Parts: sequence; structure tokens; C-alpha cells
Amino acid sequence: MIIEYLSWFCLVSGGLLGIIGGIGMHRFPDFYSRLHAAGTTDTLCAALFLIGLGLQSGFTLASFKLFLIFAFIFFTSPTASHSLANAAMLGGLQPKVENDA
Amino acid sequence: MKHNLILRLVSKFLIPLIMLFALYVQFHGDFGPGGGFQAGVIFSAAFILYTLVFGLDAAEKIISPGLLKMFASLGVLIYAGTGVAGLLLGGKYLEYNVLASTNVAGQHLGILVIELGVGMTVASVMMIIFYAFAGRGRR
Repeated sequence: MIIEYLSWFCLVSGGLLGIIGGIGMHRFPDFYSRLHAAGTTDTLCAALFLIGLGLQSGFTLASFKLFLIFAFIFFTSPTASHSLANAAMLGGLQPKVENDA
Repeated sequence: MKHNLILRLVSKFLIPLIMLFALYVQFHGDFGPGGGFQAGVIFSAAFILYTLVFGLDAAEKIISPGLLKMFASLGVLIYAGTGVAGLLLGGKYLEYNVLASTNVAGQHLGILVIELGVGMTVASVMMIIFYAFAGRGRR
């Protein structure tokens, strides 16, 4: 029962984070802040989803596979964000800075 | 070459795992989702990642386009050869039942060998296409 609630809490908050990331990606003004919105929410969103699904399935082969997916996303998602930002920086895209605040 | 240190490190860690996953998809294809085509694409994705990170010259040192052409035709040869083997053993073209002592074992062996051929060809053709696109500016 508690596990069920915990699992649904993880799934729902993961979904909320995904929605927040999507809104941020649409509404932020420049490339870097959009990448920040997508990249930072993405990792935790996927992690929460996978934890929620893992709690649903218990100690089975399926949850081990979910753990593997989690491990790969944990490494690849920040790497992808990093290399995107790095490529943009090398390509000469300047971050938008507000000086007259 | 110095700025992509993190990318190089992570891809060095990931490329063997991608290849392992490709083999899993390949040989688990008759029990679950997967098969030769998907496995070939995943396998070539590992190589394409290597090429993107370390450069075309380094990738061509590992596996040259000539060797890739050989592998691509070898895969087709395995596929067609399984069919001909079925003919020679007294069945129809691509009939797996006659390949082993029992029908079930024959089906099993047949689909495994066929998918191996498909995977080989798909992986090599993907890499050939990528090499052709990536090497356009050189010559």
C-alpha cells in the first residue's frame, strides 16, 4: 500500500517535472537557458519515472533492466547537455545577459 | 581535440555497452523484441558514435571501407546460403525445418543464422553510408 502510494508519487512528480521542463524550453529566452530547463529537469524526470516503475515491479528482472536504463540516462543525459552547450559556445553563440537589471 | 574530454570519456565507457546491447538484441530476437535489423543499427550506432567523437581517420583504422563491403556481402551470402542449404538438405528454399534433426531445432537454428546475416549486412551498410557522407569533403 505504502509502496503503491510512493510509486505513484514518483510517477506524478516525474510527470510534473517533465511538464515544467517543456514549459521552460518554450518560454525561456535564449539557447542556454532553454538547455538548462530541459537538461536539468530531464535527468530527475526520467529518474523519478524509472524509480516509480521499479517500485511497481518489485525485485524482478524488469526492475533490474529499469535500473540499467536509469544508469545510462544518468550518464548520457548530462553528457548530451554538456556537448550541446559546448558546441554552441565553440560556434560563437553568446549567452543572453541582462545588464540593465 | 581537447575541448570534448567529457564526451570522449563517456563514449569510451558507453561504446562497448552499446555493442553488448546490440548483441543482446541480436540473439534475444527470437524470444523478445529485437532481431537482426535493429541489432545491426545499434551496432553501427556504436561505431558512428566513435567516428563522431574520435574522427573519421581513427575509425577507418579500425575497420576500413573495403572490409565493410566484404562484411556487407558476407551477410547476404549467409542469408542466401541458409536458403540454399535448405534446398540441398531436401526442403524448399529458406525452409528451416530440415536444417537440424528436429523441426523445432531447425527453426531455431535457421532464424538465428538468418538474423546473423541480416545484422551483419545492416551494420556494415549503415557504416558504409556514414563513411560516404562523412568523407565527402576529403576527396
